[in-house]
Order: sequence, then C-alpha cells, then structure tokens
Amino acid sequence: MRLIFILLLTILCAAAVSAQERPQAFVGAQILTISGPPIANGVLVVHRGRIIAVGPSASTQVPAEAERHDVTGKVIMPGLVDTHSHIGGGSGGDGSAPLQPDVRLFDSFDARDSGLKRARAGGITTVNVMPGSGHLLSGQTLYLKLRNANTIDDLLIRDAQGVIAGGVKMANGTNSIRAGGGAFPGTRSKSAALAREMFVKAQGYRDKIRAAGSDKDKLPPRDLGMETLVEVLDGKRTVHFHTHRQDDIQTALRLSKEFGFKIVLQHVSEGWRVADEIAKAGAPCSVIVVDSPGGKIEAINLVMDNGAKLDRAGVLVGFHTDDNVTESRLFLRSAAMSVRAGMSRDKALYAMTMAGARMLDLQGRVGTLESGKDADFIVLSGDPLSVYTKVLETFVEGGRVFDRSRPEDRLIAVGGYGAGRNQILHVHGEEDDQR
Amino acid sequence: MRRPAAAAFLTLCAVLLASSAALAQVAVRGETVYTMTGPPIRDGIVLIRDGKIERVGPASQVSVPAGYRTLTAKVVTPGLIDAHTVVGLSGYLNQPGDQDQLETSAPIQPELRAIDAYNARETLVGYLRGFGITTIHTGHGPGALVSGQTMIVKTRDGATEPSILNPAAMIAVTLGNAGLAQAGRSPGTRSKAIAMLRTELIKAQEYLAKVETSAADKKPERNLRLDALGRVIKGEIPLLITAHRATDLLSALRIAKEFKIRIVLDGAAESYLLIDQIKAAGIPVIIHPTMARAGGETENLSMETASTLLKAGIPLALQSGFESYVPKTRVVLFEAGAAASNGLSFEQALAAVTISAARILGIDGRVGSLQAGKDADLALFDGDPFEFTSHVTTVIIDGQVVSQEVR
Repeated sequence: MRLIFILLLTILCAAAVSAQERPQAFVGAQILTISGPPIANGVLVVHRGRIIAVGPSASTQVPAEAERHDVTGKVIMPGLVDTHSHIGGGSGGDGSAPLQPDVRLFDSFDARDSGLKRARAGGITTVNVMPGSGHLLSGQTLYLKLRNANTIDDLLIRDAQGVIAGGVKMANGTNSIRAGGGAFPGTRSKSAALAREMFVKAQGYRDKIRAAGSDKDKLPPRDLGMETLVEVLDGKRTVHFHTHRQDDIQTALRLSKEFGFKIVLQHVSEGWRVADEIAKAGAPCSVIVVDSPGGKIEAINLVMDNGAKLDRAGVLVGFHTDDNVTESRLFLRSAAMSVRAGMSRDKALYAMTMAGARMLDLQGRVGTLESGKDADFIVLSGDPLSVYTKVLETFVEGGRVFDRSRPEDRLIAVGGYGAGRNQILHVHGEEDDQR
Repeated sequence: MRRPAAAAFLTLCAVLLASSAALAQVAVRGETVYTMTGPPIRDGIVLIRDGKIERVGPASQVSVPAGYRTLTAKVVTPGLIDAHTVVGLSGYLNQPGDQDQLETSAPIQPELRAIDAYNARETLVGYLRGFGITTIHTGHGPGALVSGQTMIVKTRDGATEPSILNPAAMIAVTLGNAGLAQAGRSPGTRSKAIAMLRTELIKAQEYLAKVETSAADKKPERNLRLDALGRVIKGEIPLLITAHRATDLLSALRIAKEFKIRIVLDGAAESYLLIDQIKAAGIPVIIHPTMARAGGETENLSMETASTLLKAGIPLALQSGFESYVPKTRVVLFEAGAAASNGLSFEQALAAVTISAARILGIDGRVGSLQAGKDADLALFDGDPFEFTSHVTTVIIDGQVVSQEVR
C-alpha cells in the first residue's frame, strides 16, 4: 500500500515537473494583449513562467513539444493589476507619530489571508498592498505577485539586484488629521508642514551620505526612516498618495514637485475637477470606482466618470479595489462601470492592466501579453466587461493559482460555508499547480 | 406681436405646459417590455394616463392616442423596488447630523417612526431614482435589538406624504452580534437578546389584552412602544428580522412560532443551511446584497443564495442593505445583475426587484408590474438592464418623468 502511494506520488511529481518543462499553448481564445488590437482567434504560448509567443492561431508557431489547451470561445487577457489593496491584513505605523517611513507592511502581512484567494478569483495577479491612510506616512508598501504561496517571501517581486519592489504610503485630508491627537496634525496646513519638514530632513540626510562618498566613517548614523526617504527622493520608491479633495490633490502635487519624488495619486475622488492640473503635473491616477458617492465628507463628489474625465485630460488612469472597500473578486466591474460612464473600452482595459503596471514600475514584466513578459494571464468565459462573465482561471508566472472548476476555488469565487476562513495553500508539486 | 398679446401667449404656453405636466399622458414604447405579469412583450407599448397605467400590449394591438408624449427605449421594466435600505434616513455625508437610521439610547424602541426622519430630498434618494429605483422600503437600520419602524415610499422628490405607500411597514429587529449593545449594556449576549425580545412581546400581548377587554374607563395608559409591538402581535405588520448566522435565523423562526407573528428574514447569509425550516415556516427572505462583503457574521455568505432559496420556492426579494462607509449605498439594480450572473435567470432577478419585492412588502396592488390600473412607475434602459455597460435612460414615477439623465 505504502509502496503504491510512493509510486503514485513519484508519478505525480514527475508529471508536475514535465508540465513545467514543456511549453504550454492556449489555443483558440480571443486574446486581448493590451499592447495591440484584440486577436480574434489567438494562441498564447508560455514556458518557464514567461510568455514565449502570442499571436493569431493561423500565423503563430506552436512548438511541437508544447502541451496544447483548447480555450476556444474563451477570452484571455493579462492578469489584473490592483494598485491599492489591503488584502493580507498588513499593518503600518502605530499611534506614536504621523510619519513612520521606517515601518514595513512586509513585517505584518499574512499570506494565508482568504483575501488573497478572493483576489486570485477576481483575476488579480499583481497587487500593491498598503498600510492605511490614518497617517501622513503610514509605512512602506509591497508590490506582490499572487503566486501560490504560504509566506510573504514567496510573493515578493525582486529586481535583478534582489531589491524588493514596493512604495511608500502617504495621505492627506481628513483621515490623517486627528483633533487633539498629540503629534498628529489638526489641520491640512499642518499636515503639509509636517510632510515638508520630513522631506527637508531627508534631503539633509542624503547630503551627508553624498558628502561622505566612499568614506564610511563620515556616513550619518543609520536611520531606517531616512534611508527609505532617500530612496523616495532618488526616485527608487514611489509615493502612493491617498487624496480625495481637489485642494488636497493639489497639495500632494505641490509636495511631489518641491521634493522631486515620484507620485501616484490614490483614490483622487475629485480628480475630475482638477484633471488638467493633474495632467500637466504628469501624475498618474489610481482611481476607485464605487456604487455611490458619500460615506465620508471627502467622497461626496465621487463620480462614476472620474476615470473617463481624467483619461480625456491625458492622465494615466488605473484602478484599484482598496479591498475591502470594493471587492477583489469583482475588480473587473471597475473597468465596466467606467465604460458605462464614458471611458473607452480600450482605455478601461488598459487601466486594469498596463496602466497599473506602469504605476508600479513593473511595465517591463507585467501588464500586457507580449513575448518575454511574465506569464500572468486570466482566462475568462466571455467579454471582460459583461456582468455575466466569469474568471475561469488565473495564472501567475505560468502557474495556475485559481481554477473555477475546482470545488475549493469555486467556493472562494462564489462564497459559501467556510469561504471566509483563512486557508493554507498546497504548494510545490501539486499536480494542478502548474499545467 | 404686440406686447400684451405676447404676454398672453406666454401665459397660455405656461398654463399648457403646467397642465400637461400635471396630467401627463405618456406612451412608452419598448423593443422589449417586461410586464412581470406574463412573458415579455416584443415591441410593446405602455399607455399612461393620469399617473396610472392605462393599457399594456404589443404595438400591433395598442395604438397611441393623439396627444400622448411618446418615449422609446430598448428595454422597459416596472420601476425597480429596493426591498430594504436605509436611504433617506442614513444621509450621504455620514456625519452625526445625518444618520437617523439608528438610535442607540435603548435597545428596544419600536415606537421610533421612519416617517419622522425620512428626507425625500436626501442626495442618495435622488441617486437611486436615477438608476430606475422608484420605490424603497427604508427606515430604521440594523444595529439595535429593536431599532424602530420602517416605511415604504416612492423615491419622488419633494414632500414625503404624497409619496408614501406605507408609513409603518415593519419593525426592524437585529439578532446576532450586530444587535448587541455596547459598553456593558444589555443585551450583551445572544441569549439575553432573545430573552429581552420575548419579554417585550409578552408585555405587548398583555397590553393588547387589557386594551381589548378593559372597560372604557379602565383602559391602560397609552404606550407608544407597546402600541407598535401590538400591531405585530395582531398580525398587522411583520417584524423585519436581520440575522445572518444559522443560530440567529433559527431564533427568529422560534420567535415567529412562539408568538404566532409574521416575520420577514433580512440579510440571512446562512439561510441556505436552513432551507427546509424557512420553507416550512412560510417566511419570505429579503436576501443580503448579492455583492455584499463577506466577513464577520457574513463570512459564509454566497452570491448564489438567492438562487438556492428561489429553487426551494421561498419568496425572495433583493436589497441594497446598509453601508456604513464608502460607498454610502449600494444600488439594487446592480445587485440584481450580480444575482442574474450567479444562478438566477434574468426574469427571476428582475422579479426580485419588482413584483416579488412588491408582494413581500404588501404593495403589489399598486406597484411591481406593468398592468392596467397600477401606478405608472417605469424604468427605461438602452440595453440589458443588468449589463454593467447599459444605461438607465428615463425614469417615470406616477406617470411623471422624474429623470432623463443617462445613468
């Protein structure tokens, strides 16, 4: 009995390995590459986590050794990029100070959170997970790939030098203002003054480092917060700036200009009122699409056509879930509702994918279906903008991380008893992990 | 034209305009008209006269009389009904001054009337109206054991009274964690909550008995709270019991049986576990929004519960529910679309926001379907009403065009 079990396991492992070794060809779907016009009857070939070919079935060579998957009648598009989410329950700074650049979400993220499974079920493959907006600067964010993984380390995105991808979360407006909050600001002007003071200090810290040159004895004492801010000043770390009201948006742009940091405006509820100014500043906007205005004073002018108007003004527009303000499983609604409100189909789908990739500086790896890019894609039952369409499968770097035909995945996608529980994933060698 | 003549002409125009608005005679022609009384009509016409539906039928059989203003659309449905919301009481600013859906000074306050707080001009009432929602069941929200009364009202702008269908429709009860009181006050547990509710219903029974049997000079002093619960005891109005966990849903069924009262289950995330019991009790369910967030007491909710309940033959309506933050309300049209994408047929989903909702709310004599004699409440669409990318093009309430904004 035991022998049979081991034998079976060996066969399964071998199957998994061979699946990884052989190129996988998805044939017959409509392919929305985002980098070019839709391909009516296309083929997508992936191998060892990368896309090796994509094009019309008639003219695209499928390697002879490739395993073919018939996806006729389905739609394939790049995995979705959620530029602002709170899945994984990560935390940021505590109540001790309004600016805490030393704090990393990295140190509190739960990779087993059911939110990650819901995100995979919604077709999200890349996500910017952030601490909250109750601080002027609540900490460092992480850009993650939603691979099958049980630990945060296996979700990280690293560049060639091994640097972990992520940004910094800042906020202005009411969330980070605390009346009588000690070190916290009580007004908008104080909020801006505190942020400016911090960046001025960081400039001084950077000057000391530059002055020290190669003389290590002259380096200033290590300061985790300052080190992070130097990365921000050097453009190595983007500031994701939570902001709603038009004057707060302009304050964020003013700070970005004064200190020369890269900024992505997050939420931008009143962005439509200052769309030209945002376009002129060249600041990308990560927009949230919700079903109604209100719920807080700063969101009373939130409109469904915010994305459409910003796009028309020439702003790079992406979307986010702010999960659980909106639901990761329904992320495609953001694009569809924006089309309802006047955005073009192409721009809305670009916003769900490549625009987000650009905001996270991952445009070389994700966001479109092109040879050489990561094999992050989703298989849909139909038009991505239809209410009746379902995400059938989600792939990250060639690995299948969601499959609606599996009962345990369907439970997550639809809900039901036990869907909310955190679960440990089966990884490494699971036979249908990689196909 | 000489000046007096011009003035007279303008006055005449104004009079004509005013009277045509007041006594609008409208013909709505739709490529598909969903009447909810029978199969959809291809190329259908709905004639509207003096605020009521005059006639409905295919264009081949119904001709438009002279003087009717004709509106056209791809799809025509009855005005949509949101079977449970707090819009009009819970304002969009979400500041202390505009949140009248929940009073936390005491756990049991059935005497609180929704009509004393409903604001017909609240921004979100207009917002919902623009999406074809013409009738809402709104009022006191979840959050206290007995939070107060609910009402049914058309989403018309202006004075409240003319738009009211039922000023005291149900009494809102919340079981489970959401119905517990804060800061060490009672109820602090589920069992305590049920004990308090039973005690109050017994008081109402006794009060009622005294009122009915005592001689005129020995009647008990009037008690607004027991008056309200007395109506429940008498079977005049139901309790609207918000509960999600199976334990709490069972408690609700037990209460209904013990006091022989009518109840409507609201939210009911785990109702799919209790299909037989709910069906046997003959209790309707106003199911949680299809796209509601799963978490806490609703962690086990399913987007397919509406379908599960309907397959079992349980009367069902959809709702926008209560939102405490951003967005401040959901839109029941979108929730119906999500239901149609998760197990309900198109027409079942439409029924859950029209005729089925009207029946559960007891207003099907006036609204919920396109039928001669009923109120002329209609929603016009430029495509499949449930598609994300379709639009509401016109909304009509009581024969009046109340919105032509493309939404």
